[in-house]
Amino acid sequence: MDAFLNALFLGAGYNAALVGIGAALLGFAAGASGTFLFLRKRALVSDAVAHATLPGVGLAFIVMVALGFDGRSLVGLLAGSAVTAAIGLVLVEWMSRKTRLSEDAAIGAVLSVFFGIGIVLLTVIQTMSQGRQAGLEGFLLGSTAGMLFQDAVVIAIGGTLAVAATFILRRPMTLVAFDPEYAAASGYDVRKIDLAMMGLVMAVTVIGLKLVGLILIVAMLIIPAVTARFWTEKSDTVIWSAGLLGAASGYVGAAISASAPALPTGPIIVLVSAALFTLSLFFAPARGVAAAVIRRQRFQARVHHRQGLLALARQEPIHDKLTLKVLGRDGLIRPDGVATDTGRAMAAKVARDERRWDVAREVHHDVSLTGRYDGLTPIEDVFTPDEIAQFDVVIGKPTAVEGT
Amino acid sequence: MDMRTPLALAANNGHIPRDIAKIDAPLAVRGMTVSYGEKPAIFSVDATFEAGKMTAIIGPNGAGKSTLLKAALGVIPSLSGEVSVFGNPLGVARDRIAYVPQRASVDWDFPTTVIDVVMMGLYRKTGLLSRLTGAHRAHAMACLDRVGMADFADRQIGQLSGGQQQRVFLSRALAQEADLYLLDEPFAGVDAATERAIIDVLAGLKADGKAVVCVHHDLATVSRYFDNVFLINVRRIAEGPVTAVFTPENLHATYGGRLATSHIDQLDLVAGA
Repeated sequence: MDAFLNALFLGAGYNAALVGIGAALLGFAAGASGTFLFLRKRALVSDAVAHATLPGVGLAFIVMVALGFDGRSLVGLLAGSAVTAAIGLVLVEWMSRKTRLSEDAAIGAVLSVFFGIGIVLLTVIQTMSQGRQAGLEGFLLGSTAGMLFQDAVVIAIGGTLAVAATFILRRPMTLVAFDPEYAAASGYDVRKIDLAMMGLVMAVTVIGLKLVGLILIVAMLIIPAVTARFWTEKSDTVIWSAGLLGAASGYVGAAISASAPALPTGPIIVLVSAALFTLSLFFAPARGVAAAVIRRQRFQARVHHRQGLLALARQEPIHDKLTLKVLGRDGLIRPDGVATDTGRAMAAKVARDERRWDVAREVHHDVSLTGRYDGLTPIEDVFTPDEIAQFDVVIGKPTAVEGT
Repeated sequence: MDMRTPLALAANNGHIPRDIAKIDAPLAVRGMTVSYGEKPAIFSVDATFEAGKMTAIIGPNGAGKSTLLKAALGVIPSLSGEVSVFGNPLGVARDRIAYVPQRASVDWDFPTTVIDVVMMGLYRKTGLLSRLTGAHRAHAMACLDRVGMADFADRQIGQLSGGQQQRVFLSRALAQEADLYLLDEPFAGVDAATERAIIDVLAGLKADGKAVVCVHHDLATVSRYFDNVFLINVRRIAEGPVTAVFTPENLHATYGGRLATSHIDQLDLVAGA
C-alpha cells in the first residue's frame, strides 16, 4: 500500500513518475478521441488498426538496422507502425465500401493477416544478430521498464496534438456520428471526416504502442467513452469525461504497476478502466443496471396498485401477493384484505376515471388524446378539468364503492 | 389552389431545357439515374420544384421517392444527372437547402439534447472553432418554439415521442434559415397534433416564398396539404399542380395494380380528363 501511495504521488522514482504522467496523457487522448469511435459504432476498426501496426514495427527495425542506425529508435519504430496501420485502415475502408464484405468481415481479415505478418517479422528479427535485444515483443502488451524521457515527450506531444484535433473536429465528427445523412446533405464530406476520425485514432494507437501495447490499446479507446456514457446525455460531456476517465485510469494503473515488481502496466491500466466501467454499469443514476431495476420495480408497483384498486372497485377478491403487498403498504387495505376508507375512496375514483375514459373515447374524436390511455396515465394529465366535467355530465352522479 | 394553364404544364412536361444552369427554380434535376447494384432505383428523372409552393413526391414503396431527394442532395452518388439549385450548381447553393431526413435514419439513444440537435443546423454558419453563443442558443430556442417544442429543449432526444422527434428535426432545418426545404416522409408515424404543427410551419415557409418538397405517402391528404405533386415510379410519371395532375389515370400509372380502384374513388381527386 505504501508503495502504491508513493507511486501515486510521484514518489516512486524518476522512471515511475515518467510512466505515470505519460499514461495519464495517453489515457486522456485515447478516451477523448475514442469517444467518436464509440458514437459512430465503429469501435472494432481501431482493433484492426492497432494490429496493423505490428508489421510496421518489424519492417522499420529491419530497415533501420540495414541502413546502419540503431534499430530501437522509438520515433523510427512508431513511424513504421503508422505506415502499416494506415494501410490497414485504408484496406478496411476500401473493402467495406467497394466489395460486398461487411465492415466486421473486413476488420477480421485485416486484423489477422497484418498481425500474422507482424509476428513472422518479429521471428525473423529474433534470428538477426542485432535483433535479440531489440525488445520488439514489448509492443504487443506494452513495456515501461526502459521508458526514457524522450519517450514520454513523444507521448506528450502526440497526445496533445490528438486532443487538439479532437477539439477542432468535435462538431463535424459528432454530427456525422449522429446523423450522417444530414451531414452529407449539409455539405460535409462524410468520408473525409470518418477518415480524419480514424487517423486520429491511429495516431493515438501509435503513440500508445510503447506503453500499453497494440493488443490492449482498443480498451483505452473504447472503455472510457462507454463508461462516461452512463453518466451523461450530452456528447460534449461524454468526450471530455471520457478523457478524464482515461487519464485517471492511466495514472492510477501506472501507479499500481509501479508499486510491485512484475505488474504489467498496460493490463493494469485496462483493469482500472474496467473497474470504473463496472461501477458505472451498476450504479450510474439514470442508465445503470441498479437504477433500471429500481425503476422497473416502481413501475410494477404502480401497475399492481392500479389493478388492485380496480379489483376493489369491482369487489373482486385479490389473490396476487404483490398486489396485496402494494395495497397494504399504501394503506388501502387492512391486513385481513378488507379495503380501508381511503382504499374505497380511491377505488371509486379509479373506477370513475375508467368510465370517464370510456366517455372520452365516444365524445372526443382526437385520437392523439384518447390514444394516450394506457391504464396508468391519470386522466387529469390528458384532459382539462372542463373536459372532464363534460364527461361527468354524461356519466351521472358518483357512486360509492361498498365495503365488504 | 393554384390554377395553372395547360400551356405552362406542357412546357414543364414536354420540352426539357438543354442548359440546366438557365433554370432558376429552387431545385431542378435533369436525367437523374441512381442504382443500387444493377437495377436502377430511379431512371433518367427530370424534376423541377417551384418557389412558394409545397410539392409532394408521391409513389409506391421502392419507387425511388427518397432516393430522388438524396441523390439531388449528393447524399448518395448518382450514375448520371444534373442538379441545379436556384440556378447554381449544388456546391455553390448548398447553404440555401435544409434537409429533414427520415426519423428512423438515426439512433435516438445518441447522447445529445433537443437544443443541441437544433444547434447542429447552425454548424455550417459557425464553422469549426467559433463558440456557440447565447445568440445562437436564442435562435435555436426560437426555432423550437415554432414547432411547439421549446419546453423540451434540455431533454435527451430518446425521451421524445416519434412526433416530437420529427418536430425537432424540422426545427433543426428551420435553424438553417434556408430557402429550399426537402423533407423525407415528415408525417410518417406521427400523431395528429404533430401533423398539424408541421403543416402549419410548412405553410408559413410557403407564405414566405420558400420552396417546400416532401416525400409523402398519405394519398388522402395530398389535395389538402399540397399545391403540386410529383408522381414517380422509378421514372417520372407526372408533375404539376395537384388540381391538374393528381388524377385517377396518373395514380393508376404510378401505382399500377397496387392501388385498388375503390381506394382511388375515396380520394378527393380531380375528375378524369
